[in-house]
Amino acid sequence: MGTRRAPVDHIVRTRELYSSLGHEPYRWVRNVDPPSWTRLAKPLGDCRVALVASGGVYRTGQVAFHHRDDVSLRIIDTGVPAAELRTSHFAYDQTDARIDPNVVFPVDTLRALARDGVIGELSPRAYTFMGGIYSARRVRETLAPELSCRLAADQVDLALLVPV
Amino acid sequence: MGLIARRVEADGIPTLSMTSAFSITRSVNPPRAAFLDYPLGHTTGKALNARLQREIVTASLAAFQELDTPGAIKMLPFRWSDDDDWKREVMEGGDERTERSAQPMYQSEADRRLAQDAGECSTCVFL
Repeated sequence: MGTRRAPVDHIVRTRELYSSLGHEPYRWVRNVDPPSWTRLAKPLGDCRVALVASGGVYRTGQVAFHHRDDVSLRIIDTGVPAAELRTSHFAYDQTDARIDPNVVFPVDTLRALARDGVIGELSPRAYTFMGGIYSARRVRETLAPELSCRLAADQVDLALLVPV
Repeated sequence: MGLIARRVEADGIPTLSMTSAFSITRSVNPPRAAFLDYPLGHTTGKALNARLQREIVTASLAAFQELDTPGAIKMLPFRWSDDDDWKREVMEGGDERTERSAQPMYQSEADRRLAQDAGECSTCVFL
């Protein structure tokens, strides 16, 4: 085993990057108040699971994300063949995600877990967007309530959130 | 995504936030998270390794049983490689973000044509 290093501090990394470009430091959201907590109401094997991912995943035939603070959503049928999944994101290296979208959108993984009874079922609709939205206010006031409302309508028991 | 997790959970649906950015997750403070110490772009595993992807997602979902404190983060045991040299490369890397354009950025020209041929996108939600 080689040298172990602490996790990459992406807040520091972003600060250094912005500083080298002459930008003001990005003000990350800092929530010191504890988050709400909802207990899982049933065993995982009985749960309908939602997949929400922010790696800029879209399906062929859909409009791709643009790279200027796009806050739009894509609804993806979770029966989708992985070969029809694409990515469009301004900020991360998509090489591997384009070889195998399951690294940022684990749809094959969740289908297999549903088939084997580890989870009850995969919700028929997944939701994707392009993370790295600069304005926390737009996420809080626009995207978050829209997603929450859709997940409630889908009657899911839990949401697996996969950022990049 | 942490802001979305907080909202969805407050509205009554339990969430699990996967993450490979520990400091950001710590700061935004979602209800429960699973940290995978991998380079960004591999939040749920390595490409073309379905078995590893399954192990990672299964270990992450187990956090629903294991965590009982709001804001807790489960540390997943998986390592990207035997050494952690990739982390130094990440810190030393330059700006590789794309230009901020309001035009849809397709993975390929073929995708652009498919989207155009499909007409209005009924599965796109423009907010």
